[in-house]
Amino acid sequence: MLKFIVRRLMQLVLVVFVLSILLFAWLRALPGGVVSAMLGERATPKSRAALTEALGLNEPIPVQYLNFLERAVQGDFGVSTGVQTGRPALDIFLERFPATIELSVVALVLAISLAIPLGYLSARRSGGIIDNASILGSLVGVAVPVFFLAFLLKYWFAVELGWLPVSGRQSIGNATSVTGFFVLDGILTREWDAAWDSLKHLILPGIALASIPFAMIFRITRASVLDVLDEDFVRTAQAKGLSHRVVRGRHVMRNALLPVVTAVGLQMGLLLSGAVLTETVFNFGGVGSALEEAFRERDYPVLQVIVLVAAIAYVLVNLLVDILYALIDPRVRP
Amino acid sequence: MTSSDNGPRRGPGARRKQRIDALAGSAMATAPATVDEAGAIDEGDGVSLIASAWRRLRRNPIFLLGLGITVVFVVLAIISPLLAPHDPAKWILADQISQQTNPVPDPQPGHPLGGDPKGRDLLSRLLIGSRQTLMVGVLATLGGLTGGVLLGTIAGAFGGWVDSVVMRIVDVMLSIPSLLLAMSIAVVAAEPSQWTVIIAVGAVQVPIFARLLRGSMLAERSKDHVLAARALGVRRRAIVLRHMLPNSLGPVIVQSTLVLATAIIDAAALSFLGLGNPDDSQPEWGQMLGQAQQYIYDNPHLAFYPAACIIVVALGFTLMGESLREALDPKSRR
Repeated sequence: MLKFIVRRLMQLVLVVFVLSILLFAWLRALPGGVVSAMLGERATPKSRAALTEALGLNEPIPVQYLNFLERAVQGDFGVSTGVQTGRPALDIFLERFPATIELSVVALVLAISLAIPLGYLSARRSGGIIDNASILGSLVGVAVPVFFLAFLLKYWFAVELGWLPVSGRQSIGNATSVTGFFVLDGILTREWDAAWDSLKHLILPGIALASIPFAMIFRITRASVLDVLDEDFVRTAQAKGLSHRVVRGRHVMRNALLPVVTAVGLQMGLLLSGAVLTETVFNFGGVGSALEEAFRERDYPVLQVIVLVAAIAYVLVNLLVDILYALIDPRVRP
Repeated sequence: MTSSDNGPRRGPGARRKQRIDALAGSAMATAPATVDEAGAIDEGDGVSLIASAWRRLRRNPIFLLGLGITVVFVVLAIISPLLAPHDPAKWILADQISQQTNPVPDPQPGHPLGGDPKGRDLLSRLLIGSRQTLMVGVLATLGGLTGGVLLGTIAGAFGGWVDSVVMRIVDVMLSIPSLLLAMSIAVVAAEPSQWTVIIAVGAVQVPIFARLLRGSMLAERSKDHVLAARALGVRRRAIVLRHMLPNSLGPVIVQSTLVLATAIIDAAALSFLGLGNPDDSQPEWGQMLGQAQQYIYDNPHLAFYPAACIIVVALGFTLMGESLREALDPKSRR
C-alpha cells in the first residue's frame, strides 16, 4: 500500500513538472508577450527594455524556466496585471478560493444526496416509471448547458419571484471573517443572520452546479446497483433470510458504492469548469469568476496560478480517491 | 454522458476501465475475424453485427427520438439558406431606441420572432445559425477524433516507453479541467474566430479519444487474428493499420456521437465567456446566446430561442450516442 502511494506521488510530481513546462511555454507563446500585457501595446521601447530586463526575459530560455520554477516553488507567481495590478497573483487566488470550495461542497452534497438514493431506487425498479423518468431526466440534464440552467434559475427564483438573492456571496456583510468560508464564519462567530444570508446566496448557484455531478453519479449508482444485485452473495444473503434492510445496507450498497467513489473524484475537474460558468452568472466572486476576469483582462500571472493549482488539486483528489478505493475494497488493493 | 466518463483512472480504476474498453471492442467484432494468406480481414461478421445492432436499435424509442432530432437539424442546416426569409446579417427592422427604452424589435408581420438588438430578423438568424453551430461541433469532433486516434494508435501499437510517454502527456492534458484547457487555447490565439473555438473544443477531446483507443488497441493486440498475422510474418505497419485499428475503432466512433453534444455545449460556453467568434454576420447559437446576456432581463426570449436549439440538438446526439453504446456494448446498461 505504501509503495503504491509513493509511486502515485511520484507520478503526481511528474505531472506537475510537465505541466509547469507547458505553462511556461504557454506564457511565452502569448500574443504580444508578457511585456505588452503589462505595459500595453504603446509603451516606449525604453520602458519595454527595462521591464524585459527586470523580468529576466533576456536570459536564455532554460535559465528563464529555472528562474520561474525557483520562484514558483517559493510561492511567487508574479503580480497581477489586471484589475488589482501589483497584487501578488497567489494572494488573489487565495482570497477567492474559499468561495469556490464552499460552492463546490454545496453542489456535491446536493448531487450526492439526491443521486445515490434515486440511483438505487431506479435500479431496484429497473424498467419502471421512476427508472425511465430519471434516465431521461439525467440525459436532458447533460444536454442543458450549465450557464443556461444558472440563468434560468436566477431569472425565475431571484428576479421574477424574488425568493432568493440575485448575485454575490452575501448581502448584509459579515462583520468578521475567520476562515473565509462565509457560512462557517457566521456559525463560528454566532452571527446567525449572516450565516443564513450566506447560505441563501449559495442555494441557486449550488443547484446549477450540482446538475453536472448529479447526472453522472445517478447513472453510475444505477448501473453499479444493477450489477451487484445480480451477484451470488446477494442471493445467498436473501436465501439466508436476512432482512431487507441488512441485505440492502450491508451487501448491496456497500459494494455498489465503490465505482461511485471513483466517479465523485472524477467530478472535481468538471466542478471547476462548471464553477467558472456558474460563478460568472451569479457574480459569485470565487476562483471561477477570478478566472473569467483574468481571461478578460489578459492577466497572465493570475491565470497561471489558477491553472496550476487547479491541476494539482485535481490530480491530488484522484490520488485520494484511488487510495480510498483500495481501502474499501480489499480485492483491488495493490 | 459527458467526457468525464473517461477521466484519468489509473490503479484499480484503470484496470476496470480497460476491461470495459476490451468488452466494447470485442462487441464490434463478435466472431473472431478470419485471416487469409494475404493478411486481410474477412469482414463478413462485422456486417452481421451491425445488422443485429440495427435490429435492436430500430425498436428502441430513445434511439429513434435521437435519430429523428438529429436528422431534422441536419436537414435544416443544409436547406436553411432557402428557408430563412431574410438576410441574417442585414439591418432590417427599425431600431426602437428613439421611441422606447427597449431596443429589441417586437414580433411583427414577416418577422414572427421579432428582431435582435441590431434590428436583424431573429428567425433567419436562428435558421442560419444551425449551419454554423453544427459545423463547429462536427469539425471540433473530427479534429479531436483525428488527434486522439493518432496518439492512441501510437501508444497502443508500440507499447513500452512510447506508450508511457504518450499516456503521461494524455494524463497531463486530462489533469486540466476541460473548459480551462479550452479557454487557455482560445486565449492564446491572437484573434478570436470560429477556428479558435473549433481548435480549442477539439483539442480538449484528444486525450479522451486517445485513452479510449489505446484501451481497445491493447485488448486487440493479444487477439488470435493479430497473433496469426504476426506468425505469418505480416509487417508491423500492416498489422497495426489493417488488423488492430479497424477492430478497435468501435468504441471511439460511438464516443464521437456523445462528444458532438459536448462540443456544441463547450463551444457555446466559450462564446458565453466572450472567447468566441466576435463576427456575427454568420450567426451561431452559442454566440447568439452570449450576446443575449446583456438584454436578458427585458428580453429573455433572445437567450431562450438559441438555448432551446442548443439543448435539443445536444439531446438528440446524446440520446443517439447512449443507445448506440448500449446496443454495441452488452455490458453497459444505459
